This record gives sequence, structure tokens and C-alpha cells, in this order.
Amino acid sequence: MIKTLVKDSTGNLPVLIAGIVVALLALTALFSPLLTAYVIKQDPLAMDLDSLRVPPGKAHLLGTDSKGRDILSRIIAGSRISLAVGLAATALSLTIGVLLGLAAGYFGGAVDAVLSQIFDVFLAFPSLLLAIGISAVLQPGLASAMLAITLVSWAGFARLVRGIALSLREQTYVEASRALGASSARILFRHILPNALPLLLVAASLRVGGFILLEAALSFLGLGVQPPTPTWGSMISLNRAYISSAPWTVLFPGLTISVSVIAFNIIGDYLRDKLDPRFQA
Amino acid sequence: MLRYIAKRLLLAVPTLFGITLITFLLMHSLSGDPVMNMVGERASPETIARIRAELGADRSLPLQYLGYLKLLGQGELGRSLYTNRKVSDDLLQKFPNTLRLAAAAILFASLGGIVLGIISAALRGTFWDRLASLISIGGISIPVFWLGLTLMLVFALSLRWLPPSGMGNNDPAYLILPAMTLGAFSLAYIARVTRSSMIESLSQPYVAAARAKGLREIAVVGKHAFRNSLIPVVTLIGLDLGSYLNGAVLTETIFGWDGLGRYALDGILKRDYPVIMGVVLFGAMVFVVMNLLVDISYHYLDPRIRVKAES
Repeated sequence: MIKTLVKDSTGNLPVLIAGIVVALLALTALFSPLLTAYVIKQDPLAMDLDSLRVPPGKAHLLGTDSKGRDILSRIIAGSRISLAVGLAATALSLTIGVLLGLAAGYFGGAVDAVLSQIFDVFLAFPSLLLAIGISAVLQPGLASAMLAITLVSWAGFARLVRGIALSLREQTYVEASRALGASSARILFRHILPNALPLLLVAASLRVGGFILLEAALSFLGLGVQPPTPTWGSMISLNRAYISSAPWTVLFPGLTISVSVIAFNIIGDYLRDKLDPRFQA
Repeated sequence: MLRYIAKRLLLAVPTLFGITLITFLLMHSLSGDPVMNMVGERASPETIARIRAELGADRSLPLQYLGYLKLLGQGELGRSLYTNRKVSDDLLQKFPNTLRLAAAAILFASLGGIVLGIISAALRGTFWDRLASLISIGGISIPVFWLGLTLMLVFALSLRWLPPSGMGNNDPAYLILPAMTLGAFSLAYIARVTRSSMIESLSQPYVAAARAKGLREIAVVGKHAFRNSLIPVVTLIGLDLGSYLNGAVLTETIFGWDGLGRYALDGILKRDYPVIMGVVLFGAMVFVVMNLLVDISYHYLDPRIRVKAES
């Protein structure tokens, strides 16, 4: 499956570019300390009061911010946070969503009624508002940003998985397995879950971009990872007072977020077109 | 019809209780004394005593929750720790401003999204279609707060066509940039749904018949195909209403719009917990009520849904 997906994408230019962007982003995040120290030779935390808001140029490729810190190195250092939070929140909310969604869809009855009601409550909150509420009561930082994003997004996955489990449990192979005396756990994890995987992959890939945006928004509001650690969102909020005199301080971090999220969304759309039967013409 | 409305209202009750339970637990997890979190240190001793008695901070958690519900029932959301004003009063005062901004944003998103979607469906596969898809994928990917700052930089600070921030005594010029910022995300979604719905309509036999009849293409697309593509688009616009509260927090912050969103941010910056929780609770309530209204109005408008629900 993965092989054909990769092969098909080489004929599709936007998907190919998006794939390269995501791969570069992953490598940047992985090797960010090495990149800032040895390739661009700038310390993302070092303030230089003699070079405040220097425009992009030779010494600083993307210029410096309001405290004289090199913007490119801060974007590179910030990529870690964005990707880590985006991917961790996806993994966590998917896990919770799968477990509860499977239980609700497969067991039905009272279990379904109670769980579905819980999903509905979580889905009833505007996501950013609930994330704000959660991160406001926690000690702001990496873990609380992940937790907040997970708590506002697991219910969407749960509802999706519930629907899939509901339709799959009536399939003949599930009945056959049950007739052979398989346990519920075996049916759920050996038969139903593998068949739900393509749709889960699609749903997850379509959400990663949104999670990165949510993390950026929390950081922008001061509820994410705290300074001096650079994040893309906080770089924008810390420099927004200088937007007209030093626009590069705000433009480059924002462009980085936009390009990354566009790349994730293009890949998500592509996977949906390929894997979701409802989108096959 | 009445039976349906009653049933739908009844179904919303457990959701509303669930919402209050979550905000209660959030408030409770804050620190040792939920009463102080609710009324603040500047509250008069009588207020503290009254709230403490009603909340019963020494009682068990479920009883405390019942106390919290009782306070909510009286419209008591606590007082700001800083201004000592009632949070409920502030919310009611600022909500109309957010509504005005959201209405303008919805108008912008609906018109822009539908036009963009129709263009890309009618000119499918051309340069214009690709440009429109680029705009719509950008719309869901660009951070709202950065889009707002960029629009402000270009149209207000550089070109000086529009005012950069504030509400300008209801001068509509002040509404344009915030409405565009807040509406961009929905515009992109509406454009995508309009496009796919239009493509489906354009492949229907009645469109071929209209073309065979010799109708001009603009009439085929605009009249026959468009009308029949509207239902999913209108559904999306309706379901999306509540999500404007998310964007409002960021948009209002950037443009100095005196609504719920900026109020929430002020609360966050000062760790003014009654304010934060008040906005979260109020936002969720608005969200539930909106969805309820959308559901009921569909039921009323679309006979097919009505038949399905009653069977």
C-alpha cells in the first residue's frame, strides 16, 4: 500500500513538493541543534543588543528580531516544538479516540449511549476556547500544550472510529470469527481495527496541520511553550509591535507555519482521494 | 414538528450538563480554593461567605458541583479578579460586538466561498481552478493571527486604505479587515464544498438537457447547477457558525476589537480565571444553541430530512 502511494505521488507535482517539504521539516526538527550550531552558526537564544531588528542580509539570512536574535536559527529551533506537539497530539488523540470509539461502536447499547454522550460534550466546545481553558489551568509548557490539544481533539476521532466499528461489526468475517469463538478483544484488534486503518490514516493526516495551527495559536496567546524557547507562534506575538518597522520579524515565522501546514494538508487531501472509498470517483 | 423540537431540546440537556461538569472540574483543578478563584481576593467578606456557603467548599465534590450549578442557574459566573465586575455582565456587554464581527465574517466567507467554488467547478482543470484550489488550501492552512497581521501591514499600515485597529464608533471601514481575517478559514471550506457539490450537479442529466436546449453556459451553471448544489453548502455554513468563536479570540486580539475574544485574552494574560472560564462556558453554550437552531431550521426547511427523522 505504502509503495503504490509513494509511486503515484511522483506524478503529482503538488503532492511531490508537499512530501519534500514535510521530509525537510522532519529532518530540520531532528537535527535542529546541529543545524543552528554548525550550518548557520547562530545561537537561537543569543541576544545581540547591537543588532536589533537587522533586515535580512548576509550576516543574518532572515534578519534579527526585536531582541537581536537570529530569526532563521529561531525558526529552525522552533520546528522541533511544532512538529513534536503536532505529532504527539495526533498520536495521543488517535489512541484515545480508537479505544473509546471501538468500544462504543462494537459493544453498542448502554456503553455506546454513555460514551457517545461524552464525545458530544467534548465536541460541543469551540476547540480553541476549550484548549485555552485547559492550558490556562495547567503550568504552561510543552506537555500542557500537547495535553490541551489532545483533550480537544480526541472526540472527533472517537466519533469517526465509532461509525466505522458500527458498520464493520456486521460484516460476515466478523460474524465468522465470533462463531469460531474469538474474544471481543481479538475481533476488535485483529479484524475491525486493521480494516479501519486506511480511514484512520486519512483522518489523522488531515488533522496534523490543524494541530500545528492550534499549537501556534496557543503559543501566540502565551499559553504554549514559554520563552526563551522559540516557537513559531510566540515569535510572531513577541515581534508584532514591530510589524511595520521590521516586517520580516513577523513575516518569516508566519510563512514557515503556513508552508508547513499547507504541505501537511496537501498530503492529507491526497491520501483521502486515494484511500477513502467515498472520494473515489 | 413540535415533538421534534422537544426531543432535540431534551437531547441537548445532558450535553449542557456535561459542559458545566468540565468547566467545574477545570476550575476545581486550579488551586486549593475554588471560592477565591471565583470571587477573587478583593471580594467583600459577605460575598465570600455567601459563595462559600452556596458552593460548600468543605463538602464532597459532587455536592460542590451541585452548588456550582445552582450559582450558574442564578446567572452567577463570578467576578473578575481585577475589575471586580460581574463576568456575566461583561459577557453580555461584549457579545453583541463579537456577533457583529462574526456576521460580517460569515457574509464575506459565504459570498467569497460560493463564488470561488463556482468558478473552479465551471472552469475545472484550468489555471483558474488551480488558483482557486490554492486559495482554498491556503485559507485553511494560514494561521488566522498571522493573516490578520499581514492584512493589517499591507492594507492599513502600508497602503493606508483602511484603519489598522479599533472599532471606530461602528464605522464599517473598521469592520473590513477583521471580517476578512475571521472569515478566511470558512471561505476556504465553503469554496471546497461548493466546488465538489457543483461538479456533481454539473454531471447530472438535467444539466445536459439544459445545455441541449441551447441555454447559455452562464445560465446552466448559475441557475440549474447552482441551485441544486446549495444544500451541502448551506449545511456547512450553518454547522460552522459556532467555530467563529475560535477565530474571534485571535482576530479581536489583533484588531483591538472589544468583543468576547479580546476579553478572553485579557483574562488569560492576567490569569483572571473567572473571566477565562466564563468565556469558555459561554462559548460552549452559544455553540450548542447555534447547532440546535441550525438542526431545527433544517428540519423545518428540508422536507426530506423531516420525513427521515419522523419515520
